[in-house]
Amino acid sequence: MFDSLSGRIQGIFKKLRGKGHLTEADVDAVMREVRLALLEADVNFKVVKSFVARVRERCVGGEVLESLTPAQQVIKVVDEELTALMGGSAATLTLAPRPPTVIMVAGLQGSGKTTACAKLAYHLKKQGRQPLLVACDVYRPAAIDQLEALGSEMNAPVWRRDGTDVVEIARSGISRANEIGADVVIIDTAGRLHVDKEMMDEVARLRDEVKPHQILLVVDAMTGQDAVNVAVAFQERLDFDGVILTKLDGDARGGAALSVKAVTGKPVKFASLGEKIDSLGVFYPDRMASRILGMGDVLTLIEKAEASMDQKRAAELEEKLRAAQFTFDDFLDQMQQVREMGPISQLVSMVPGLEKLAGKGVALEEKDLERIEAIIRSMTPQERANPQVISGSRRARIAEGSGTTTGQVNQLLKQFAATRKMMKQMGKMAKRGKGRGMPMGMPPFGA
Amino acid sequence: MAAGGWFDRLTSGMLKTRENLTGRLKGALSRSAPGSNEFWEEVEESLISADVGVAATTSIVEEVRREAREQGMTALDELTGALKRHIAASLGSRAAVDVARGEGSLAVLVVGVNGTGKTTTIAKLARQARENGLKVILAAADTFRAAAIEQLEEWGRRVGCDVVKHERGADPAAVVYDALQAARARGIDRVFIDTAGRLHTYVNLMEELKKVKRVAERESQGRIATLLVMDATTGQNGIAQAKLFDEALSVDAIVLTKLDGTAKGGIVVAIEQDLGIPVGYVGVGETAEDLHSFDPQEFAAALIGSEAAEIAS
Repeated sequence: MFDSLSGRIQGIFKKLRGKGHLTEADVDAVMREVRLALLEADVNFKVVKSFVARVRERCVGGEVLESLTPAQQVIKVVDEELTALMGGSAATLTLAPRPPTVIMVAGLQGSGKTTACAKLAYHLKKQGRQPLLVACDVYRPAAIDQLEALGSEMNAPVWRRDGTDVVEIARSGISRANEIGADVVIIDTAGRLHVDKEMMDEVARLRDEVKPHQILLVVDAMTGQDAVNVAVAFQERLDFDGVILTKLDGDARGGAALSVKAVTGKPVKFASLGEKIDSLGVFYPDRMASRILGMGDVLTLIEKAEASMDQKRAAELEEKLRAAQFTFDDFLDQMQQVREMGPISQLVSMVPGLEKLAGKGVALEEKDLERIEAIIRSMTPQERANPQVISGSRRARIAEGSGTTTGQVNQLLKQFAATRKMMKQMGKMAKRGKGRGMPMGMPPFGA
Repeated sequence: MAAGGWFDRLTSGMLKTRENLTGRLKGALSRSAPGSNEFWEEVEESLISADVGVAATTSIVEEVRREAREQGMTALDELTGALKRHIAASLGSRAAVDVARGEGSLAVLVVGVNGTGKTTTIAKLARQARENGLKVILAAADTFRAAAIEQLEEWGRRVGCDVVKHERGADPAAVVYDALQAARARGIDRVFIDTAGRLHTYVNLMEELKKVKRVAERESQGRIATLLVMDATTGQNGIAQAKLFDEALSVDAIVLTKLDGTAKGGIVVAIEQDLGIPVGYVGVGETAEDLHSFDPQEFAAALIGSEAAEIAS
């Protein structure tokens, strides 16, 4: 949907090429783009205003203007400031010294509380905890059934009681946890509007009576400007400790996360990234900064790759990349490993630039990958190792063998040559060894 | 639909932000003349803070500014009036379907991302349709989410209409097929189809939905309407949602829910401008009566603040 901020800023600087140095007016032009990118990412306009002012100050303060690579420097400043605003390093869940730790989960209707509770229970279970889910959403039809079904899927106990006295349900749930030796109690509450006084009173009373150790506010990543009103209202009544950001597996930039942190000072602790029960993870502010900027969540991608990739093969590949000896066999190998990492639609959003490609109607789908695989599999070992030998007649044979057209074979060969060239450049860059490189210029299919 | 009640609720919700446009414009006026740059910046910020988005805001403000210049408008009421007219005009380009009354569609496919209020919307529409004398059944085609079928059944009991269902995990297209077969056999006027919430970026889930629609289209002989339910708190991602659901299913109208909070739902202005998809209904509360046919004039008035609307009218 949106051009990435880095792309836009580079566009501006392209126009400025040839000028000896940058002026304040140039910086202002860049700041307009930063503002636009943040607003399009749903960061609240007031937060944007103060943020841009701060970034601008740093940019005109010399560190950017005198740099040889101003575009990269501006992006770096923006990235650093965003990361700082998001809260620096990953926040953790504080557990009570004496179990059970009681966690209360609250939020608007439809933000994904019940699912988030179940995912959190699963997350804690994997860390060796014994969670008990307590169903305090007594209003939405079948909400309790939903929690119970999710609990039984992952084999976690669910405490339910008839009636609408949520304080009593929560209290008896905590006693139950003591009986069965559960060390974490997760209380699912009903969705409520922050302007609904009666419902806000109810949840505040629940907090006062039960005294949870942690209160987590669930925020939908697709929320727009209103995120600040919601966060401030819940802050005033509940003084929550952190945020679970849900539905991040879509293409929303998730600027709401930034707004909430900016107005309440409360960090995002967990992010939910999919339909499956295991899709809740610890939130990394620096990665979110990149996502908001449209630079792709490269670190998550790399981590995913590391988790599913054979370390030795990865080291071998890195060596080949540096030496630019990457062959079609390696390419095939890479592709299969990438596909093991998860559905391609999810991966696409993590690779910078790929979304843009998809936006131009080149949606990368499983069937495209299947076609590429078929083409490579129709090559001889010699052709895979030395693509230069692939002549016109060989192309025709490969096309026939893979059920594709010569045009498609040509396209792949061209892409491959370009990828190889890009990797060669990256290899050179890596040798120069510059600290934390900007996550730009990932190869299309490599990791 | 009676206008007074829902408009009041809509504006009272929006007023709670304490930052309606009129208040801000008055503030801007005390510092600067109407029509000054600062004044227009305030207008822009107000629209952006209502989730109208930068692109749609810029184009609306440019148009109103030009009109104001050409006609020499300087008074606050003239300017807000022009603003309201422009927003209303940009929202009223195409009439939306009314699925709660009349012969029209046999099947009403209700889709959207997770948590927007699809099931509740169906309950409200079903109740209104029944009150309008239609024979209604519900199809539980959300076979994915835990307890979604139970939730719809509970609503079926409350509204008083039958629910056609399979077990959890079943093929949603098969549920729809059965529901429409049952509808034909029993002389039913309207089948509201509840589908699983899904993010528009999941290609396979969107394909599943396409299949559901194909079956519904065939079994209803093309008498089908597709509603996209969108939460008023949705930010700029709403454009991507509308675009991808429309590409997959051809959306007839948007149902904008949860307008009783402080969110203003301005994203529908951007969606109408970009994609030409009209808003059919707005949800301003919990009860069936709180789902209303959309009125561009009233929405525009609520968007820029009720005082402004009073001044302008």
